[in-house]
Amino acid sequence: MANMAVAVGGTPAPAARPTRRNWVPYALLLPGLLWLAVFYAAPMFTLGSQSLQEGNVYDGYVLTGNVGIYPEALSEYWPHLLRSLGYAASATIAGLVLAYPLAYYMAQKAGRWKNIMLILVIAPFFTSFLIRTLAWRIILSDGGVVSDIVHTTGLINLLDIMGLTQGGTLLNSKFAVMAGLTYNFLPFMILPLYAALERLDPRLMEAARDLYASGWETFRHVIFPLSLPGVVAGTLLTFIPATGDYINSRLLGNTQTVMIGQVIDSLFLRVLDFPKAAALSFILLVMIVTLVGIYVRRAGTEELV
Amino acid sequence: MAWIRKHLLLFAALVVLGYLLIPNLIVAIFSFNKPRGRYNYEWNEFSIDAWLNPCGNPGICEALGLSLRIGFTASLVATILGTLVAFALGRHRFRGRSATNLLIFMPMATPEVVMGSSLLTLFVMAGIPSGAMNITIAHIMFCLSFVVVAVKARVSSLDPRLEEAAADLGATPLQTFLRVTLPLAAPGIAAGALLAFSLSFDDYIITNFNASPSSITFPMYVWGAAQRGTPVEIFVVGTVMFLLALFIVIIGQILSARRERQA
Repeated sequence: MANMAVAVGGTPAPAARPTRRNWVPYALLLPGLLWLAVFYAAPMFTLGSQSLQEGNVYDGYVLTGNVGIYPEALSEYWPHLLRSLGYAASATIAGLVLAYPLAYYMAQKAGRWKNIMLILVIAPFFTSFLIRTLAWRIILSDGGVVSDIVHTTGLINLLDIMGLTQGGTLLNSKFAVMAGLTYNFLPFMILPLYAALERLDPRLMEAARDLYASGWETFRHVIFPLSLPGVVAGTLLTFIPATGDYINSRLLGNTQTVMIGQVIDSLFLRVLDFPKAAALSFILLVMIVTLVGIYVRRAGTEELV
Repeated sequence: MAWIRKHLLLFAALVVLGYLLIPNLIVAIFSFNKPRGRYNYEWNEFSIDAWLNPCGNPGICEALGLSLRIGFTASLVATILGTLVAFALGRHRFRGRSATNLLIFMPMATPEVVMGSSLLTLFVMAGIPSGAMNITIAHIMFCLSFVVVAVKARVSSLDPRLEEAAADLGATPLQTFLRVTLPLAAPGIAAGALLAFSLSFDDYIITNFNASPSSITFPMYVWGAAQRGTPVEIFVVGTVMFLLALFIVIIGQILSARRERQA
Protein backbone atom coordinates (compact mmCIF):
# COMPACT_ATOMS: atom_id res chain seq x y z
CA MET A 1 0.00 0.00 0.00
CA ALA A 2 2.79 2.41 0.89
CA ASN A 3 4.38 1.78 -2.47
CA MET A 4 1.16 2.61 -4.18
CA ALA A 5 0.78 5.81 -2.17
CA VAL A 6 4.26 6.90 -3.14
CA ALA A 7 3.50 6.27 -6.74
CA VAL A 8 0.29 8.31 -6.69
CA GLY A 9 1.82 11.30 -5.00
CA GLY A 10 4.90 11.41 -7.17
CA THR A 11 4.75 13.98 -9.92
CA PRO A 12 7.78 13.33 -12.08
CA ALA A 13 8.71 15.37 -15.11
CA PRO A 14 5.91 14.96 -17.64
CA ALA A 15 8.09 13.09 -20.09
CA ALA A 16 9.10 10.52 -17.51
CA ARG A 17 5.56 9.53 -16.56
CA PRO A 18 4.47 7.31 -19.46
CA THR A 19 7.60 5.19 -19.52
CA ARG A 20 8.77 4.84 -15.94
CA ARG A 21 5.50 4.61 -14.06
CA ASN A 22 3.31 2.94 -16.62
CA TRP A 23 2.27 0.17 -14.22
CA VAL A 24 0.96 2.59 -11.60
CA PRO A 25 -2.57 3.18 -12.95
CA TYR A 26 -3.01 -0.53 -13.47
CA ALA A 27 -1.97 -1.26 -9.89
CA LEU A 28 -4.48 1.32 -8.68
CA LEU A 29 -7.26 -0.11 -10.83
CA LEU A 30 -6.61 -3.78 -10.17
CA PRO A 31 -8.38 -4.43 -6.82
CA GLY A 32 -11.49 -2.40 -7.67
CA LEU A 33 -11.90 -3.70 -11.20
CA LEU A 34 -11.24 -7.26 -10.05
CA TRP A 35 -14.04 -6.91 -7.53
CA LEU A 36 -16.43 -5.67 -10.22
CA ALA A 37 -15.31 -8.39 -12.65
CA VAL A 38 -15.97 -11.16 -10.13
CA PHE A 39 -19.08 -9.82 -8.41
CA TYR A 40 -20.72 -7.76 -11.16
CA ALA A 41 -19.65 -9.13 -14.56
CA ALA A 42 -19.26 -12.85 -13.78
CA PRO A 43 -22.77 -13.06 -12.21
CA MET A 44 -24.21 -11.86 -15.53
CA PHE A 45 -22.80 -15.03 -17.09
CA THR A 46 -24.05 -17.28 -14.31
CA LEU A 47 -27.44 -15.57 -14.64
CA GLY A 48 -27.50 -16.30 -18.38
CA SER A 49 -26.38 -19.86 -17.74
CA GLN A 50 -29.00 -20.34 -15.03
CA SER A 51 -31.75 -19.26 -17.42
CA LEU A 52 -30.76 -22.03 -19.86
CA GLN A 53 -30.76 -24.80 -17.27
CA GLU A 54 -33.50 -27.26 -16.41
CA GLY A 55 -34.16 -29.08 -13.16
CA ASN A 56 -35.15 -27.99 -9.68
CA VAL A 57 -33.55 -26.60 -6.55
CA TYR A 58 -33.53 -29.93 -4.71
CA ASP A 59 -32.14 -32.29 -7.38
CA GLY A 60 -29.92 -29.70 -9.01
CA TYR A 61 -29.87 -28.08 -12.43
CA VAL A 62 -28.41 -29.23 -15.73
CA LEU A 63 -27.46 -26.92 -18.56
CA THR A 64 -29.70 -27.94 -21.45
CA GLY A 65 -29.66 -24.77 -23.53
CA ASN A 66 -33.41 -24.41 -23.15
CA VAL A 67 -33.81 -21.08 -24.96
CA GLY A 68 -37.55 -21.69 -25.09
CA ILE A 69 -37.73 -20.30 -21.57
CA TYR A 70 -37.34 -16.78 -22.97
CA PRO A 71 -40.48 -16.66 -25.14
CA GLU A 72 -42.28 -18.53 -22.37
CA ALA A 73 -41.29 -15.99 -19.70
CA LEU A 74 -42.06 -13.09 -22.06
CA SER A 75 -45.53 -14.31 -23.00
CA GLU A 76 -46.36 -14.86 -19.35
CA TYR A 77 -44.96 -11.64 -17.91
CA TRP A 78 -44.92 -9.01 -20.66
CA PRO A 79 -47.67 -7.02 -18.93
CA HIS A 80 -45.46 -6.69 -15.85
CA LEU A 81 -42.48 -5.63 -17.96
CA LEU A 82 -44.49 -3.00 -19.84
CA ARG A 83 -46.10 -1.79 -16.62
CA SER A 84 -42.68 -1.39 -14.99
CA LEU A 85 -41.38 0.65 -17.92
CA GLY A 86 -44.55 2.75 -17.92
CA TYR A 87 -44.45 3.49 -14.20
CA ALA A 88 -40.72 4.27 -14.34
CA ALA A 89 -41.23 6.60 -17.33
CA SER A 90 -44.07 8.46 -15.56
CA ALA A 91 -42.03 8.76 -12.38
CA THR A 92 -39.09 10.08 -14.41
CA ILE A 93 -41.16 12.71 -16.21
CA ALA A 94 -42.97 13.75 -13.04
CA GLY A 95 -39.62 13.87 -11.25
CA LEU A 96 -38.10 16.09 -13.94
CA VAL A 97 -41.03 18.51 -13.81
CA LEU A 98 -40.88 18.68 -10.01
CA ALA A 99 -37.10 18.78 -9.67
CA TYR A 100 -36.42 21.46 -12.27
CA PRO A 101 -37.89 24.50 -10.47
CA LEU A 102 -36.31 23.50 -7.17
CA ALA A 103 -32.90 22.79 -8.72
CA TYR A 104 -33.05 26.05 -10.68
CA TYR A 105 -34.06 28.06 -7.65
CA MET A 106 -31.27 26.53 -5.54
CA ALA A 107 -28.64 27.03 -8.23
CA GLN A 108 -29.52 30.56 -9.37
CA LYS A 109 -31.79 32.34 -6.91
CA ALA A 110 -31.40 30.99 -3.41
CA GLY A 111 -28.34 33.04 -2.39
CA ARG A 112 -27.48 32.37 1.24
CA TRP A 113 -30.39 29.88 1.52
CA LYS A 114 -28.69 27.64 -1.03
CA ASN A 115 -26.79 25.49 1.46
CA ILE A 116 -29.79 25.04 3.73
CA MET A 117 -31.96 23.95 0.82
CA LEU A 118 -29.23 21.58 -0.34
CA ILE A 119 -29.08 20.03 3.15
CA LEU A 120 -32.86 19.59 3.14
CA VAL A 121 -32.69 17.83 -0.23
CA ILE A 122 -29.86 15.49 0.78
CA ALA A 123 -30.92 14.62 4.34
CA PRO A 124 -34.09 12.60 3.53
CA PHE A 125 -32.03 10.61 1.05
CA PHE A 126 -29.85 9.46 3.95
CA THR A 127 -32.79 8.03 5.89
CA SER A 128 -34.50 4.73 5.38
CA PHE A 129 -36.25 4.41 2.06
CA LEU A 130 -38.62 1.77 3.46
CA ILE A 131 -39.73 3.76 6.48
CA ARG A 132 -40.39 6.81 4.32
CA THR A 133 -42.44 4.67 1.97
CA LEU A 134 -44.47 3.45 4.96
CA ALA A 135 -45.05 7.12 5.84
CA TRP A 136 -46.81 7.47 2.48
CA ARG A 137 -49.37 4.94 3.70
CA ILE A 138 -50.17 7.34 6.52
CA ILE A 139 -50.23 10.40 4.26
CA LEU A 140 -52.52 8.86 1.64
CA SER A 141 -54.81 6.97 4.02
CA ASP A 142 -58.59 7.48 3.94
CA GLY A 143 -59.58 10.34 6.21
CA GLY A 144 -56.12 11.92 5.96
CA VAL A 145 -55.51 15.50 4.83
CA VAL A 146 -54.54 14.58 1.27
CA SER A 147 -57.57 12.33 0.90
CA ASP A 148 -59.83 15.16 2.18
CA ILE A 149 -58.34 17.64 -0.28
CA VAL A 150 -58.77 15.43 -3.35
CA HIS A 151 -62.33 14.64 -2.28
CA THR A 152 -63.45 18.23 -1.64
CA THR A 153 -61.83 19.49 -4.85
CA GLY A 154 -63.24 16.59 -6.85
CA LEU A 155 -59.76 15.63 -8.04
CA ILE A 156 -60.49 12.10 -6.95
CA ASN A 157 -63.09 11.76 -9.72
CA LEU A 158 -60.45 12.73 -12.25
CA LEU A 159 -58.03 10.15 -10.80
CA ASP A 160 -60.75 7.49 -10.86
CA ILE A 161 -61.64 8.29 -14.47
CA MET A 162 -57.97 8.13 -15.46
CA GLY A 163 -57.84 4.71 -13.82
CA LEU A 164 -55.15 5.84 -11.38
CA THR A 165 -57.34 5.12 -8.35
CA GLN A 166 -60.38 2.97 -7.70
CA GLY A 167 -63.44 3.65 -5.59
CA GLY A 168 -62.18 6.95 -4.24
CA THR A 169 -59.27 5.61 -2.17
CA LEU A 170 -55.77 6.87 -2.80
CA LEU A 171 -53.94 3.97 -1.20
CA ASN A 172 -53.24 0.63 -2.88
CA SER A 173 -53.55 2.20 -6.32
CA LYS A 174 -51.56 3.01 -9.43
CA PHE A 175 -51.53 6.63 -8.27
CA ALA A 176 -49.92 5.72 -4.93
CA VAL A 177 -47.23 3.61 -6.63
CA MET A 178 -46.35 6.37 -9.09
CA ALA A 179 -46.32 9.02 -6.36
CA GLY A 180 -44.07 6.80 -4.26
CA LEU A 181 -41.68 6.09 -7.14
CA THR A 182 -41.50 9.78 -8.03
CA TYR A 183 -40.84 10.70 -4.41
CA ASN A 184 -38.23 8.04 -3.77
CA PHE A 185 -35.99 8.90 -6.70
CA LEU A 186 -36.46 12.69 -6.65
CA PRO A 187 -33.11 13.48 -4.99
CA PHE A 188 -31.38 11.56 -7.80
CA MET A 189 -33.03 13.98 -10.23
CA ILE A 190 -32.51 17.17 -8.23
CA LEU A 191 -28.78 16.79 -7.55
CA PRO A 192 -27.49 16.32 -11.14
CA LEU A 193 -29.84 19.09 -12.33
CA TYR A 194 -28.57 21.37 -9.61
CA ALA A 195 -24.95 20.59 -10.52
CA ALA A 196 -25.64 21.46 -14.18
CA LEU A 197 -27.66 24.61 -13.44
CA GLU A 198 -25.13 25.92 -10.95
CA ARG A 199 -22.53 26.15 -13.72
CA LEU A 200 -24.92 28.26 -15.78
CA ASP A 201 -23.60 31.81 -16.21
CA PRO A 202 -26.41 34.24 -15.23
CA ARG A 203 -25.10 36.69 -17.84
CA LEU A 204 -26.34 34.32 -20.55
CA MET A 205 -29.89 34.80 -19.29
CA GLU A 206 -29.37 38.56 -19.18
CA ALA A 207 -28.07 38.47 -22.73
CA ALA A 208 -31.13 36.50 -23.86
CA ARG A 209 -33.40 39.06 -22.20
CA ASP A 210 -31.47 41.95 -23.76
CA LEU A 211 -32.13 40.32 -27.11
CA TYR A 212 -35.87 40.40 -26.34
CA ALA A 213 -36.33 36.74 -25.50
CA SER A 214 -39.39 36.04 -23.34
CA GLY A 215 -39.03 34.01 -20.15
CA TRP A 216 -40.19 30.89 -21.98
CA GLU A 217 -37.87 31.51 -24.92
CA THR A 218 -34.93 32.01 -22.55
CA PHE A 219 -35.75 28.71 -20.89
CA ARG A 220 -36.32 26.93 -24.19
CA HIS A 221 -33.21 28.17 -26.01
CA VAL A 222 -30.70 28.96 -23.26
CA ILE A 223 -31.35 27.42 -19.86
CA PHE A 224 -32.69 24.01 -20.86
CA PRO A 225 -30.09 23.17 -23.55
CA LEU A 226 -27.26 24.12 -21.17
CA SER A 227 -28.71 21.95 -18.41
CA LEU A 228 -28.97 18.92 -20.69
CA PRO A 229 -26.11 16.94 -19.09
CA GLY A 230 -27.93 17.24 -15.76
CA VAL A 231 -31.24 16.26 -17.37
CA VAL A 232 -29.67 13.15 -18.94
CA ALA A 233 -27.92 12.08 -15.73
CA GLY A 234 -31.00 12.75 -13.60
CA THR A 235 -33.43 10.93 -15.86
CA LEU A 236 -31.13 7.88 -16.05
CA LEU A 237 -30.58 7.82 -12.28
CA THR A 238 -34.36 7.87 -11.84
CA PHE A 239 -35.54 5.66 -14.67
CA ILE A 240 -33.13 2.75 -14.18
CA PRO A 241 -33.70 2.06 -10.48
CA ALA A 242 -37.42 2.85 -10.79
CA THR A 243 -37.89 0.15 -13.45
CA GLY A 244 -36.49 -2.57 -11.23
CA ASP A 245 -37.99 -1.28 -7.99
CA TYR A 246 -40.78 -3.20 -6.31
CA ILE A 247 -40.76 -1.69 -2.85
CA ASN A 248 -43.26 0.99 -3.85
CA SER A 249 -45.52 -1.33 -5.82
CA ARG A 250 -45.51 -3.85 -2.97
CA LEU A 251 -46.08 -1.39 -0.11
CA LEU A 252 -48.35 1.14 -1.86
CA GLY A 253 -49.98 -0.83 -4.67
CA ASN A 254 -52.39 -3.69 -5.21
CA THR A 255 -52.44 -6.93 -7.19
CA GLN A 256 -52.96 -4.92 -10.38
CA THR A 257 -49.76 -2.89 -9.90
CA VAL A 258 -47.26 -5.76 -9.58
CA MET A 259 -43.97 -4.75 -11.20
CA ILE A 260 -41.38 -6.99 -12.84
CA GLY A 261 -38.98 -6.83 -9.88
CA GLN A 262 -41.66 -8.30 -7.66
CA VAL A 263 -42.17 -11.17 -10.13
CA ILE A 264 -38.44 -11.90 -10.26
CA ASP A 265 -38.20 -11.75 -6.48
CA SER A 266 -41.04 -14.20 -5.92
CA LEU A 267 -39.96 -16.59 -8.69
CA PHE A 268 -36.45 -16.71 -7.24
CA LEU A 269 -37.16 -16.76 -3.53
CA ARG A 270 -40.64 -18.27 -3.12
CA VAL A 271 -41.60 -20.26 -6.24
CA LEU A 272 -37.96 -21.34 -6.65
CA ASP A 273 -38.29 -21.38 -10.44
CA PHE A 274 -34.70 -20.27 -10.97
CA PRO A 275 -34.51 -20.59 -14.80
CA LYS A 276 -37.60 -18.49 -15.46
CA ALA A 277 -36.58 -15.92 -12.86
CA ALA A 278 -33.10 -15.70 -14.37
CA ALA A 279 -34.55 -15.36 -17.88
CA LEU A 280 -36.79 -12.47 -16.76
CA SER A 281 -33.89 -10.82 -14.98
CA PHE A 282 -31.81 -11.10 -18.13
CA ILE A 283 -34.60 -9.70 -20.30
CA LEU A 284 -34.95 -6.73 -17.93
CA LEU A 285 -31.21 -6.07 -18.08
CA VAL A 286 -31.07 -6.23 -21.89
CA MET A 287 -34.11 -3.95 -22.19
CA ILE A 288 -32.66 -1.34 -19.86
CA VAL A 289 -29.20 -1.40 -21.42
CA THR A 290 -30.72 -1.04 -24.88
CA LEU A 291 -33.00 1.83 -23.87
CA VAL A 292 -30.20 3.59 -22.00
CA GLY A 293 -27.84 3.12 -24.95
CA ILE A 294 -30.30 4.65 -27.41
CA TYR A 295 -31.14 7.48 -25.06
CA VAL A 296 -27.55 8.38 -24.25
CA ARG A 297 -26.62 8.35 -27.94
CA ARG A 298 -29.56 10.59 -28.85
CA ALA A 299 -28.82 13.01 -26.04
CA GLY A 300 -25.22 13.12 -27.20
CA THR A 301 -23.54 12.88 -23.81
CA GLU A 302 -21.38 9.81 -23.76
CA GLU A 303 -19.01 10.78 -20.99
CA LEU A 304 -21.25 10.19 -17.98
CA VAL A 305 -18.82 8.82 -15.46
CA MET B 1 -45.01 40.46 -13.71
CA ALA B 2 -41.38 39.72 -12.95
CA TRP B 3 -42.24 39.85 -9.26
CA ILE B 4 -45.00 37.28 -9.66
CA ARG B 5 -42.79 35.00 -11.72
CA LYS B 6 -39.95 35.18 -9.24
CA HIS B 7 -42.23 34.26 -6.38
CA LEU B 8 -44.01 31.59 -8.42
CA LEU B 9 -40.66 29.87 -8.79
CA LEU B 10 -40.00 30.14 -5.05
CA PHE B 11 -43.46 28.75 -4.36
CA ALA B 12 -42.86 25.79 -6.69
CA ALA B 13 -39.47 25.14 -5.08
CA LEU B 14 -40.99 25.16 -1.59
CA VAL B 15 -43.81 22.80 -2.60
CA VAL B 16 -41.25 20.31 -3.93
CA LEU B 17 -39.15 20.65 -0.77
CA GLY B 18 -42.32 19.92 1.20
CA TYR B 19 -42.99 16.84 -0.93
CA LEU B 20 -39.47 15.66 -0.06
CA LEU B 21 -39.66 16.39 3.64
CA ILE B 22 -43.25 15.65 4.70
CA PRO B 23 -42.69 11.87 4.95
CA ASN B 24 -39.81 12.49 7.36
CA LEU B 25 -42.03 14.79 9.40
CA ILE B 26 -44.77 12.14 9.48
CA VAL B 27 -42.26 9.51 10.62
CA ALA B 28 -41.12 11.82 13.44
CA ILE B 29 -44.70 12.60 14.55
CA PHE B 30 -45.80 8.97 14.46
CA SER B 31 -42.80 7.89 16.53
CA PHE B 32 -44.76 9.47 19.42
CA ASN B 33 -47.94 7.58 18.65
CA LYS B 34 -49.53 4.82 20.69
CA PRO B 35 -51.35 2.88 17.97
CA ARG B 36 -54.57 1.00 18.71
CA GLY B 37 -53.73 -2.07 16.64
CA ARG B 38 -50.53 -3.54 15.25
CA TYR B 39 -50.27 -0.99 12.45
CA ASN B 40 -48.94 2.46 13.25
CA TYR B 41 -50.89 4.18 10.47
CA GLU B 42 -53.52 6.09 12.42
CA TRP B 43 -52.95 8.68 15.11
CA ASN B 44 -54.27 7.52 18.45
CA GLU B 45 -52.58 9.12 21.45
CA PHE B 46 -49.29 10.73 22.42
CA SER B 47 -46.75 8.45 24.03
CA ILE B 48 -42.99 8.31 24.49
CA ASP B 49 -42.90 4.56 25.20
CA ALA B 50 -41.14 3.69 21.95
CA TRP B 51 -38.50 6.37 22.53
CA LEU B 52 -37.81 5.04 26.03
CA ASN B 53 -37.35 1.48 24.79
CA PRO B 54 -36.41 1.48 21.09
CA CYS B 55 -35.19 -2.12 21.31
CA GLY B 56 -38.56 -3.19 22.71
CA ASN B 57 -39.61 -5.05 19.61
CA PRO B 58 -37.84 -8.40 19.35
CA GLY B 59 -35.12 -8.49 16.73
CA ILE B 60 -35.08 -4.79 15.88
CA CYS B 61 -31.76 -3.92 17.51
CA GLU B 62 -30.06 -7.10 16.28
CA ALA B 63 -31.11 -6.12 12.75
CA LEU B 64 -29.89 -2.58 13.31
CA GLY B 65 -26.56 -3.87 14.61
CA LEU B 66 -26.08 -6.13 11.60
CA SER B 67 -26.90 -3.28 9.20
CA LEU B 68 -24.38 -1.01 10.94
CA ARG B 69 -21.67 -3.70 10.80
CA ILE B 70 -22.30 -4.46 7.12
CA GLY B 71 -22.57 -0.74 6.31
CA PHE B 72 -19.29 0.01 8.05
CA THR B 73 -17.33 -2.85 6.43
CA ALA B 74 -18.82 -2.33 2.98
CA SER B 75 -18.28 1.44 2.95
CA LEU B 76 -14.71 1.08 4.24
CA VAL B 77 -13.68 -1.44 1.57
CA ALA B 78 -15.63 0.31 -1.20
CA THR B 79 -14.05 3.65 -0.26
CA ILE B 80 -10.50 2.25 -0.38
CA LEU B 81 -11.00 0.39 -3.67
CA GLY B 82 -13.02 3.23 -5.21
CA THR B 83 -10.50 5.90 -4.21
CA LEU B 84 -7.66 3.95 -5.85
CA VAL B 85 -9.69 3.64 -9.07
CA ALA B 86 -10.61 7.33 -8.93
CA PHE B 87 -6.94 8.33 -8.61
CA ALA B 88 -6.06 6.18 -11.60
CA LEU B 89 -8.83 7.77 -13.68
CA GLY B 90 -8.26 11.31 -12.47
CA ARG B 91 -4.47 11.40 -12.41
CA HIS B 92 -3.13 8.98 -15.00
CA ARG B 93 -3.27 8.26 -18.69
CA PHE B 94 -3.50 4.60 -19.62
CA ARG B 95 -4.84 2.23 -22.21
CA GLY B 96 -8.20 0.67 -21.48
CA ARG B 97 -9.65 3.83 -20.04
CA SER B 98 -13.02 3.60 -21.77
CA ALA B 99 -13.39 -0.06 -20.82
CA THR B 100 -12.72 0.94 -17.22
CA ASN B 101 -15.29 3.74 -17.40
CA LEU B 102 -17.82 1.29 -18.80
CA LEU B 103 -17.22 -1.26 -16.03
CA ILE B 104 -17.62 1.50 -13.42
CA PHE B 105 -20.78 2.86 -15.07
CA MET B 106 -22.54 -0.48 -15.59
CA PRO B 107 -23.46 -1.25 -11.94
CA MET B 108 -25.12 2.17 -11.73
CA ALA B 109 -27.09 1.40 -14.91
CA THR B 110 -28.26 -2.01 -13.75
CA PRO B 111 -31.50 -2.41 -11.80
CA GLU B 112 -30.90 -3.74 -8.30
CA VAL B 113 -33.12 -6.72 -8.86
CA VAL B 114 -30.83 -7.86 -11.70
CA MET B 115 -27.66 -7.44 -9.64
CA GLY B 116 -29.21 -9.17 -6.63
CA SER B 117 -30.53 -12.14 -8.58
CA SER B 118 -27.40 -12.58 -10.70
CA LEU B 119 -25.19 -12.59 -7.60
CA LEU B 120 -27.48 -15.20 -6.09
CA THR B 121 -26.92 -17.45 -9.14
CA LEU B 122 -23.14 -16.95 -8.80
CA PHE B 123 -23.17 -17.92 -5.12
CA VAL B 124 -25.52 -20.85 -5.73
CA MET B 125 -23.29 -22.21 -8.50
CA ALA B 126 -20.19 -21.73 -6.38
CA GLY B 127 -21.93 -23.58 -3.56
CA ILE B 128 -21.64 -20.64 -1.14
CA PRO B 129 -24.63 -20.41 1.24
CA SER B 130 -26.38 -17.04 1.59
CA GLY B 131 -25.58 -14.88 4.59
CA ALA B 132 -24.01 -11.71 5.96
CA MET B 133 -20.76 -12.24 4.03
CA ASN B 134 -22.58 -12.42 0.69
CA ILE B 135 -24.50 -9.26 1.59
CA THR B 136 -21.27 -7.43 2.42
CA ILE B 137 -19.65 -8.55 -0.85
CA ALA B 138 -22.70 -7.36 -2.79
CA HIS B 139 -22.76 -3.99 -1.01
CA ILE B 140 -19.07 -3.36 -1.73
CA MET B 141 -19.80 -4.10 -5.40
CA PHE B 142 -22.63 -1.61 -5.86
CA CYS B 143 -21.14 1.10 -3.60
CA LEU B 144 -17.80 1.09 -5.42
CA SER B 145 -18.98 2.94 -8.52
CA PHE B 146 -20.60 5.70 -6.49
CA VAL B 147 -17.37 6.20 -4.52
CA VAL B 148 -15.40 6.38 -7.78
CA VAL B 149 -17.73 9.09 -9.15
CA ALA B 150 -17.61 11.15 -5.93
CA VAL B 151 -13.81 10.96 -5.50
CA LYS B 152 -13.01 11.37 -9.20
CA ALA B 153 -15.01 14.60 -9.36
CA ARG B 154 -12.81 16.00 -6.59
CA VAL B 155 -9.49 14.61 -7.84
CA SER B 156 -10.00 15.90 -11.40
CA SER B 157 -10.69 19.41 -10.12
CA LEU B 158 -7.44 19.55 -8.11
CA ASP B 159 -4.69 21.76 -9.46
CA PRO B 160 -1.72 19.48 -10.29
CA ARG B 161 0.60 22.46 -9.79
CA LEU B 162 0.07 22.18 -6.02
CA GLU B 163 1.70 18.76 -6.06
CA GLU B 164 4.45 19.99 -8.36
CA ALA B 165 5.09 22.88 -5.98
CA ALA B 166 5.41 20.46 -3.06
CA ALA B 167 7.88 18.35 -5.03
CA ASP B 168 9.85 21.47 -6.01
CA LEU B 169 10.05 22.42 -2.33
CA GLY B 170 11.78 19.13 -1.63
CA ALA B 171 8.90 16.97 -0.45
CA THR B 172 9.30 13.26 -1.10
CA PRO B 173 6.51 11.63 -3.13
CA LEU B 174 5.11 10.11 0.09
CA GLN B 175 5.13 13.50 1.86
CA THR B 176 3.49 15.13 -1.15
CA PHE B 177 0.77 12.50 -1.16
CA LEU B 178 0.09 12.59 2.58
CA ARG B 179 0.30 16.35 3.09
CA VAL B 180 -0.97 17.76 -0.20
CA THR B 181 -2.89 15.31 -2.35
CA LEU B 182 -4.76 13.42 0.36
CA PRO B 183 -5.98 16.48 2.33
CA LEU B 184 -7.14 18.10 -0.92
CA ALA B 185 -8.99 14.96 -2.01
CA ALA B 186 -10.40 14.32 1.48
CA PRO B 187 -13.81 16.02 0.99
CA GLY B 188 -14.47 13.84 -2.06
CA ILE B 189 -13.38 10.71 -0.21
CA ALA B 190 -15.55 11.60 2.79
CA ALA B 191 -18.54 12.27 0.54
CA GLY B 192 -17.98 8.93 -1.22
CA ALA B 193 -17.71 7.05 2.08
CA LEU B 194 -20.87 8.66 3.44
CA LEU B 195 -22.77 7.88 0.26
CA ALA B 196 -21.53 4.28 0.33
CA PHE B 197 -22.59 3.86 3.93
CA SER B 198 -26.07 5.22 3.36
CA LEU B 199 -26.56 3.13 0.20
CA SER B 200 -25.46 0.01 2.05
CA PHE B 201 -27.48 0.76 5.17
CA ASP B 202 -30.63 1.41 3.17
CA ASP B 203 -30.46 -1.41 0.66
CA TYR B 204 -33.30 -3.89 0.61
CA ILE B 205 -33.51 -5.52 -2.82
CA ILE B 206 -29.95 -6.81 -3.36
CA THR B 207 -29.71 -7.71 0.31
CA ASN B 208 -32.92 -9.71 0.24
CA PHE B 209 -31.64 -11.91 -2.58
CA ASN B 210 -28.47 -12.81 -0.69
CA ALA B 211 -29.65 -12.99 2.92
CA SER B 212 -30.43 -16.00 5.06
CA PRO B 213 -32.93 -16.19 7.95
CA SER B 214 -30.03 -15.57 10.34
CA SER B 215 -28.87 -12.41 8.55
CA ILE B 216 -31.82 -10.02 8.81
CA THR B 217 -30.72 -6.44 8.14
CA PHE B 218 -32.71 -3.43 9.30
CA PRO B 219 -34.45 -2.78 5.96
CA MET B 220 -35.39 -6.47 5.83
CA TYR B 221 -36.75 -6.19 9.35
CA VAL B 222 -38.87 -3.18 8.33
CA TRP B 223 -40.10 -5.02 5.24
CA GLY B 224 -41.05 -8.07 7.31
CA ALA B 225 -42.70 -5.83 9.90
CA ALA B 226 -44.74 -4.06 7.22
CA GLN B 227 -46.46 -7.35 6.38
CA ARG B 228 -47.46 -8.14 9.97
CA GLY B 229 -47.87 -4.74 11.57
CA THR B 230 -45.61 -1.71 11.97
CA PRO B 231 -44.04 -1.33 15.42
CA VAL B 232 -43.58 2.28 16.56
CA GLU B 233 -39.91 1.49 17.28
CA ILE B 234 -39.03 1.54 13.57
CA PHE B 235 -40.38 5.09 13.39
CA VAL B 236 -38.09 6.01 16.30
CA VAL B 237 -35.10 4.54 14.46
CA GLY B 238 -36.16 6.38 11.30
CA THR B 239 -36.35 9.69 13.16
CA VAL B 240 -32.96 9.20 14.83
CA MET B 241 -31.42 8.36 11.45
CA PHE B 242 -32.89 11.50 9.91
CA LEU B 243 -31.58 13.72 12.71
CA LEU B 244 -28.16 12.06 12.55
CA ALA B 245 -28.03 12.50 8.77
CA LEU B 246 -29.07 16.15 9.11
CA PHE B 247 -26.36 16.65 11.72
CA ILE B 248 -23.64 15.01 9.58
CA VAL B 249 -24.63 16.93 6.46
CA ILE B 250 -24.68 20.25 8.37
CA ILE B 251 -21.23 19.54 9.87
CA GLY B 252 -19.96 18.73 6.38
CA GLN B 253 -21.34 22.00 5.02
CA ILE B 254 -19.78 24.01 7.85
CA LEU B 255 -16.40 22.34 7.33
CA SER B 256 -16.40 22.95 3.59
CA ALA B 257 -17.50 26.58 4.10
CA ARG B 258 -14.61 27.06 6.52
CA ARG B 259 -12.14 25.53 4.05
CA GLU B 260 -13.39 27.81 1.31
CA ARG B 261 -12.93 30.86 3.49
CA GLN B 262 -9.36 29.81 4.34
CA ALA B 263 -8.49 29.14 0.73
